[in-house]
Amino acid sequence: MAKITASVFTSHVPAIGAAIDLGKTQEDYWKPLFAGYDFSKQWMKDNKPDVIFLVFNDHATAFSLDMIPTFAIGTAAEYTPADEGFGPRPVPKVQGHPDLASHIAHSVIQQDFDLTIVNKMDVDHGLTVPLSLMCGEKDPVKDSWPCPVIPFAVNVVQYPVPSGQRCFNLGKAIRKAVESYDEDLNVHIWGTGGMSHQLQGARAGLINREWDNAWMDQMIADPAACAATPHIDYVREAGSEGIELVMWLIARGAMSDVPYDATDLEAARAHSVSVKHRFYHVPASNTAVGHLILENN
Amino acid sequence: MALDKPYQDIPGTIIFDAEQSRKGYWLNQFCMSLMKADNRARFKVDQRAYLNEWPMSEDQRQAVIDMDLNRAMQLGGNIYFLAKIGATHGRSFQQMAGSMTGMTEEEYRAMMLAGGRSAEGNRYIGEDGDAQAHRQPQGQQPTVGGKKD
Repeated sequence: MAKITASVFTSHVPAIGAAIDLGKTQEDYWKPLFAGYDFSKQWMKDNKPDVIFLVFNDHATAFSLDMIPTFAIGTAAEYTPADEGFGPRPVPKVQGHPDLASHIAHSVIQQDFDLTIVNKMDVDHGLTVPLSLMCGEKDPVKDSWPCPVIPFAVNVVQYPVPSGQRCFNLGKAIRKAVESYDEDLNVHIWGTGGMSHQLQGARAGLINREWDNAWMDQMIADPAACAATPHIDYVREAGSEGIELVMWLIARGAMSDVPYDATDLEAARAHSVSVKHRFYHVPASNTAVGHLILENN
Repeated sequence: MALDKPYQDIPGTIIFDAEQSRKGYWLNQFCMSLMKADNRARFKVDQRAYLNEWPMSEDQRQAVIDMDLNRAMQLGGNIYFLAKIGATHGRSFQQMAGSMTGMTEEEYRAMMLAGGRSAEGNRYIGEDGDAQAHRQPQGQQPTVGGKKD
């Protein structure tokens, strides 16, 4: 049986990718940020998954205004890094896991979540920057990412966007789907994007350190309550692009201490999670960076 | 019944909802075309000619030429799409974000290094924070058209 053993949460800023690709990680500006991921790179080596289920948002790359799926799961064999307007990042292609991805799509759709199935998609910094942060720099020709990745794109660009509650419930459905897959696979689920940031208008540059940290505290300790955070709170407190944080709740909902049935107190008591790593830093270009690693006990 | 849009009372913020998306469809699709190197090259040679190939409004075309991102957003542009124009011109996202507040690149960068823009006074229209209309533009950079949202 496949099993989700850990969840990883991280911001996914394009400038972080550029800093890695241009060899700037040890410059004064970037050094404190990358130091926050030293533990994580070692943890990845010590806890190498068989598959990463990576929740991210497409930033007007694979999906234009022609098509805007709320939730899209990649079932392809591979994904090419996208040209976001300044040429593609020099990183390896991402290998998919078509069989597990199709299984998850089947199971999750039958649990009443309408996923869009995607067999061709270039992946932008939303997906490749978390991989670089967690796995370190990779040569696009000689190296590969450590394992297959199932990309899962969430629309947080055009409103209406899904609520935190819906994302949290979707995470539960994904865990159920993974656990019904016959092959023994160690799966990590990553929720990426966030923390507070606003990229537009006169309010550009908004950072709310207190709110970010309080939100992280609650997401760890009481995720069901955190999932009830209304959209307007994210926008008002964490900036217009802070809404990306709803994607963290997909990964959080997939952890074993979240009972599928919220009234099942016995199931809730039977499981717990450990915080293996926590990091917060301001700024990376326009945003606050948050990062967490949780393991199922 | 009208849809609930509680996000309309936040200063200096345009939420890209379905209404904005309809207004900005061709502007944003033009931006998507800049993901191809050939198109970027053609756009840079003659911006006006390239823009004329798209069924955009004249106001939208002018906002692109002026790199007036606040205006482009009022006309339906979305920042993730508009960022591709900046990338084509070799501008960083930080430069673009700064330009929307009237700050120079250095001013904006210094604000971010100091912890970013505070939420205090910037949660609701009518408060007294630095993102409020009566305190914009806030920096030394002359703004295109001298107009802020």
